[in-house]
Amino acid sequence: MNRFTVNRRTLLKSSVAMSAGLAAPAFFIRGANAYTNEPKGGTVTLGFNVPQSGAYADEGADELRAYQLAVEHLNGEGDGGLLNTFSSKALKGNGVLGKKVAYVTGDTQTKSDAARASAKRMIEKDGAVMVTGGSSSGVAVAVQSLCQDMGVIFMAGLTHSNDTTGKDKRANGFRHFFNAYMSGAALAPVLKANYGTDRKAYHLTADYTWGWTQEESIAASTEAIGWTTVKKVRTPLGAGDFSQYITPVLNSGADVLILNHYGRDMVNSLTQAVQFGLRDKMVNGKKFEVVVPLYSRLMAQGAGEAVKGIFGSTNWHWTLQDEASKAFVKSFGQKYGFPPSQAAQTCYAQALLYADAAERAGTFDPCGIVKALEGFEFDGLGNGPTLYRAEDHQCFKKVLVVKGKENPESKFDLLEVVDEVPAEQVMYAPDHPMFAGGELGTCNSGA
Amino acid sequence: MTVSSSSPRGDMLMMLGMIVAIVFGPIILAPFGAGYPDLMQKFAIYGIFAIGFNILFGLTGYLSFGHAAFLGVGSYSAVWMFKLLSMNVIPALILAILISGLFALVIGFITLRRSGIYFAILTLAFAQMSYNLAYSVLTPITNGETGLQLLLDDPRILDAPLASGDLPLANLFGLQMNSTYETSFLGMTLYFNAGYYLCGVILLVAFYFAMRIFRSPLGMMLKAIKSNQNRLNYTGVNTRPYTLTAFVISGIYAGLAGGLLACTDPLAGAERMQWTASGEVVLMTILGGAGTLLGPIIGAGAIKYFENIFSAFNESELNAVFSFLPDGLREAVVSVASTFVGEGWQLTLGVLFMLIVIFLPGGLLEGVRRILSLFNRPPGGGMEERSARVKSAA
Repeated sequence: MNRFTVNRRTLLKSSVAMSAGLAAPAFFIRGANAYTNEPKGGTVTLGFNVPQSGAYADEGADELRAYQLAVEHLNGEGDGGLLNTFSSKALKGNGVLGKKVAYVTGDTQTKSDAARASAKRMIEKDGAVMVTGGSSSGVAVAVQSLCQDMGVIFMAGLTHSNDTTGKDKRANGFRHFFNAYMSGAALAPVLKANYGTDRKAYHLTADYTWGWTQEESIAASTEAIGWTTVKKVRTPLGAGDFSQYITPVLNSGADVLILNHYGRDMVNSLTQAVQFGLRDKMVNGKKFEVVVPLYSRLMAQGAGEAVKGIFGSTNWHWTLQDEASKAFVKSFGQKYGFPPSQAAQTCYAQALLYADAAERAGTFDPCGIVKALEGFEFDGLGNGPTLYRAEDHQCFKKVLVVKGKENPESKFDLLEVVDEVPAEQVMYAPDHPMFAGGELGTCNSGA
Repeated sequence: MTVSSSSPRGDMLMMLGMIVAIVFGPIILAPFGAGYPDLMQKFAIYGIFAIGFNILFGLTGYLSFGHAAFLGVGSYSAVWMFKLLSMNVIPALILAILISGLFALVIGFITLRRSGIYFAILTLAFAQMSYNLAYSVLTPITNGETGLQLLLDDPRILDAPLASGDLPLANLFGLQMNSTYETSFLGMTLYFNAGYYLCGVILLVAFYFAMRIFRSPLGMMLKAIKSNQNRLNYTGVNTRPYTLTAFVISGIYAGLAGGLLACTDPLAGAERMQWTASGEVVLMTILGGAGTLLGPIIGAGAIKYFENIFSAFNESELNAVFSFLPDGLREAVVSVASTFVGEGWQLTLGVLFMLIVIFLPGGLLEGVRRILSLFNRPPGGGMEERSARVKSAA
C-alpha cells in the first residue's frame, strides 16, 4: 500500500490541482480543444475497433487487414489502391490534411460492453478522432451512440440491421454497408424470376434485433411478389443444433425455407437443412428451395458444399470486374495473398471516405465531417455510383444478388453474382415504417 | 484461513491506504497507461463487484457461477431510472440496489438448498436463463441484443426538457459523470474524472462495509460455514439464513456495480449477464486472493488492465518496442510476442492465472505479502507486525 511519506509531494501538488478543479466547476470541461481530440502534432489517430475474438473473429481479422491497407494508401505507401479510382481527388497520398495517419486497434469481442470500453480507451487515452469497425449490429449501435456522446465520428463496419440507420441512427454515425431492407428489395425480383410468384415461405430467424429486422424486411418484400408466409420461427443465437427446428418445416406445407441467420448459425442451419434432404423434396408440386438473405464469402467457405445453388445478397464480391474492385483485390491480394471479403471492402471504403471528408472539410471537427459526408455522391470505391444520404447517413448503392457456385474453381470462388441491383430499386423513404422511430439529433463535436 | 484477530489499527491503516490509492488513482495509474477515466472507473466498479462476490465465496465458500446476472439486473434498473425519472445517479443506484437485492433473495432462496458443485451449476443456470431472457424474450424491457440505451424522447419526468438534439448525460446533482479535469504532470496527462471519484467513494464505502462484515459475528458464522457446515448443522445451527444473507449482500454489491456501470456509461447490454462475465469475477477473486479483503480489488484491477491495455497492442507497436534488435531477430521476437498481446491477451491471462494458482494459491496478494516479508525482515518490529496482520486478514 502507499504510505503518506512516499506521496507527500504528489499529495500537495494534486490536492492543489484538485481543489482548483473543485472550486472552479467551469474547468470541469474537457480540455481547451475546439473539439474532442483535436490533433495538435504531426499525426492524426484513427481507432479500429474490430472483433478479434468470438464468433466473428474471421471477419474482424479481415477488417483489420483492410484498415491497415487503407492507412498505407492514405500515407502514400504501397500502390495507392483506390485513391487512384476514387471519384473525389482531395486525397493526395500524403496523409490527411498534411498529418500522417496513425492508428490504434481494439478488440470488441462482439460484445457491446467490451466494444464500448475499447472505443472509450481509443478516445480518452489514445486520442482517436474517429472510431470505425464492428461486425455485428448490436455492437455498431452501441458504439455509434457512444461516439455521439463523446463527440467523435463513427464509421460503421459490417452492420446489416435496419436499426443502425433506422431507429438507432445518430448524427455522428455513418454506414456504408447495405441493410436488411435492401436485401429484401434486391432479392425479391430474382426470387420471383427463379421460383415463381406462388410460394409458401417458412422463416427460421436468429432471435435478436438483426434477425427480426431481416425477417420483417424479407417477409414484406416476398409477400409483395405474391408469396405467403407460413410461419416465422425464432431460434436462439448460437443454437448449434437446428434439427428440432428443421423437422417441422417439412410438415408445414411450406416450399421455401428462409434462413435469417448469420455467421456460425447460418453455417450450421444451412448445412443441416441440406443434410436433411430438404432440397431434394417436392412440395406442392414444386422443388423445395432454401434462401439465405445475407451471404458472405467467409460463411460460404464454412458451409462448403451446402451453399451450391442457394440465393442470397451481399454488399460486394471480389469477382466484380469494375476498375475499383479490381484495383482493391489487386492491392489486398499483393499484401495478404488472398482476396478480400465484403467486410474488408466496406471497412476500407469507410476509412477512405472519412479521410476524404476531412480533407474536403479542411478540418477533423466532427461537425465539419458530418457536413462533408451528408449528401456526398461518389464513385470508384467498388460499388458503383453511391450516395451518402443526409437524412439517415446511409449509403445507397447497388446490391449484389449472389448464388452459391455449382463448380467452384478455387476455395475463394464460391459465389457467383447473379444480378447487380441498381440503387434506385433498393431506395426507400427516410421515414419508411421499418426505419421510423429514431432521430438523428445534431452533430456533437464534444466541445 | 485463520480466525481473524485483526486489530482496529491494522484496519484503519488498510482503510487509509485505500483512501490514498483512490484519491491519487489518476497519478498512480498514469505511468502504466491506465490512468484514463474509463479504465479507472472500471477498476473501481469491478472492485466493488469482486468485493461483493468475495463476501459470498471468500467467507462461506459457496461458489456462485451466476453473479453477472445481478450485475446486469442492476444496470437495467439504473438505465430505466435514467429513462423514466431523472438523469441523476442517486435514484438509479437506489433502484439498482433494491431490484438486485430482491432478485438475489429469490435466486438465493432456491439455489442455496444445495451446496458445492450443485449450487454452482444452479446459479449458472439461473444466470444463463436471465441472459437468454434479456437477449430475446424480454426485449421490450431490455432492448435485446442492442442493449438498453437512452433515447431523445424518453420521459425523464423530473428533468427539464432537452435544449438541443443531444442526449442528456448522467449527473450527480448537476455534476456530470464524464466531466474531467485534465492536467499535465511530469509529461503525463492526468485525468481527474467525476465519474471515477463517485465510483471511488462508493468503493470505499463498500470496502468499509465488507471489512465490518469480515470482523462481525456474522462474518465469523460465515467462516464457520466454510470450514465445516455439517458440524454446524449437527450442533443445531440453521445455516441457511446466514448463507442467504451473504448471498443477498453479495448480490446487492453486484447490482450496485451494475448500476455504476450504467452511471458512467448509460447502456445496459445482455452480454453483461453472460456466463463469461460470471466467470470473470471468479477469476478476479481467485487471482487476487479469495477470502482476503484487498485481494479481489487487486484481481479486478489486474484483469481489467489485461483486457484493456494488453488487448490494444498491435504488431506495429511491438515493432517499435523491439526496434533495437536486428531485423531478422526482431521479426521473430515480434511474431512470438504478438501471440500474447492484442487478440492473444486472453492467452496471457490464462498463463498468468495458471502460474498464480500453481505457485501462489493465495493469489496476487500472497505474492505481495511474500515480497514484503522479504524486504521487511531487517527493520523488524512494526513492519513484521503489520505483515502478520495482513496475513491474519487473509
